[in-house]
Amino acid sequence: MLGQTTSLEVRTPEGVTFTVPVASPFSRCLALAIDFAVVVALTMLISQVIVILNFSVSSIPVIGDVLSDFGTGMIVLLQFLIATLYGMISEWLWAGQTLGKRVFKLRVIDERGLSLGLKQIIIRNLFRLLDILPSTFYLLGSICCLFTKRCQRMGDIAAGTLVVREVEVPAPEFGEAMTVKENSFARVPHLEARLRRHTTPEEARIALDAVARRSELDPDCRLQLFAKLADHFRNITEFPDEITHGLSDEQYVRNAVDSLFRRASD
Amino acid sequence: MNPILPLPILCSVILDLDKFIAKEQPFWDELSGLLRARIEDPHRRAPLEEAQRFFYLYQRTSSDLVKLKTFAGEVETTHFLERLVARAYSQLHRNGGESVPFRPWDWFWRTFPNTFRRHWLAFVLSCLTFWVGGGFGAAALAWNYDLKSDFIPPQFGHLNEKPSKRVEREEKQDFDAFQGRHTFSSQLMVNNTKVTILAMVTGFLWGIFTLVLLFCNGTIIGVVIFDYLADGQGVFLTAWLLPHGSFELPAIFIGGQAGLIIGRTIFGWGTNLKLRQRFARIRGDLLTLVGGAALMLVWAGIVESFLSQYHAPQFYPWKITFGALQLCALLLFFTFCGRNRREKEIT
Repeated sequence: MLGQTTSLEVRTPEGVTFTVPVASPFSRCLALAIDFAVVVALTMLISQVIVILNFSVSSIPVIGDVLSDFGTGMIVLLQFLIATLYGMISEWLWAGQTLGKRVFKLRVIDERGLSLGLKQIIIRNLFRLLDILPSTFYLLGSICCLFTKRCQRMGDIAAGTLVVREVEVPAPEFGEAMTVKENSFARVPHLEARLRRHTTPEEARIALDAVARRSELDPDCRLQLFAKLADHFRNITEFPDEITHGLSDEQYVRNAVDSLFRRASD
Repeated sequence: MNPILPLPILCSVILDLDKFIAKEQPFWDELSGLLRARIEDPHRRAPLEEAQRFFYLYQRTSSDLVKLKTFAGEVETTHFLERLVARAYSQLHRNGGESVPFRPWDWFWRTFPNTFRRHWLAFVLSCLTFWVGGGFGAAALAWNYDLKSDFIPPQFGHLNEKPSKRVEREEKQDFDAFQGRHTFSSQLMVNNTKVTILAMVTGFLWGIFTLVLLFCNGTIIGVVIFDYLADGQGVFLTAWLLPHGSFELPAIFIGGQAGLIIGRTIFGWGTNLKLRQRFARIRGDLLTLVGGAALMLVWAGIVESFLSQYHAPQFYPWKITFGALQLCALLLFFTFCGRNRREKEIT
């Protein structure tokens, strides 16, 4: 997107503010390609079924031609209905998702963070007829997506919707950041006491933040950061080899954090 | 270095957080479970107790999130709670206006004509633009008859034929009431519905393209009408176009009406509301208009394929009467249907 915001910030009546990441035009294109394939496949399947039925009824005297013509008429009508209603029905049934959006973990939501209403679903899908212009190249919709704040096509603006990424945030392992199963430093209380005495609150806070945020770091950065922190704590207090044997740098820092803060909570 | 004083401050925060998470985690897990059940079956109506519990858990988790945000170090839990609150908020606060059940009868006899009347000026403008286009087409043909083929789109190539020749041919032809009629009917319904939806959605481009679309379609009709009248085939033309045109053209005008409503919404004349709020106000009206127009087009498609194409001269009076009656019925429908006493008093 051309330098726009990529998230929706919602402030609830309870005074809570949270952000929802907006889907990128690229992921939307991929989802659209899947949906397009589904529509084509459905249309072809139904058309083939009707053609086979037409073939089987065409030999019936008197009404055979009428039924055959009726079948052809149905194909024309169903092609239009499938193309128009596919998006509406799937977004209604799956609360803002089509098959393509499900695959790429996207969802249509109200632009205030609410779930979709039926009117919004119908409007945004009717406007697809404008967004796909010229012909079926989606040029108008794409331009609109690129130049609007929240990557909205015209149908989204008219319906008051936007497409967001469904970010799965796994439940954190609560408390793990602060506690370790077995802190070997606890076996040498006098060295733990020295560590506490010689560590500043700022250093303790940095170590704590590093432990708390460790899952957000790139693997390389994580290794480097914990190596530096471990060296720093080793310089402050040197624990005997039998205590630190087999400890990784990260485990060393976690033990140090546990030693620093466990003292106060005990 | 004197860590003794500041450390207990830090530690007390950590101590609170540990306790806090331990105490609140069961509520977060319960909210996650309820959310999962709702997402798996979005249209399930939860019992009152469950809905109340859900609301309580949402508020409690929201409150937890606010408390937790004061502790910058615990990013992971904050993110987790943000997502939890976002999902619960989305489930809890549905977009308004959906709770009233849809009553087709009421919608057709009251909502549709009322909505139409509420935006009558847009309909008049849509109608006028179409017939100005018609006038332009007729004038252009009167000026230079050779332009006819330039105005007629390729899909209506049969209209390039001289009207008197076509009438002669059609009147002699046996009419098979069923042969090819279903397919033709379907094609007409699809094509006209697309034109109507397009007339509506192009209104997004400041209404300009809606006007252009109406004008262009009007031009074609103007050319055809002038061509047949100039060739002395007025009766054939009326018997041909009136039965389905009495529904088809008003439906396209209604599509144009919806497009002009959108155009006005985009400009935002006479209001200081934001675009989002302006659209929220007209969304229901747009759907009503386009839904009504679609119904009219289905009927027009059936009439066009099964009646309009039946060109036996002895049936012309019946066809014209049928078309005229339809037009009168439509006029009465839009003028009087759905008016309640209060509306009458206002008008």
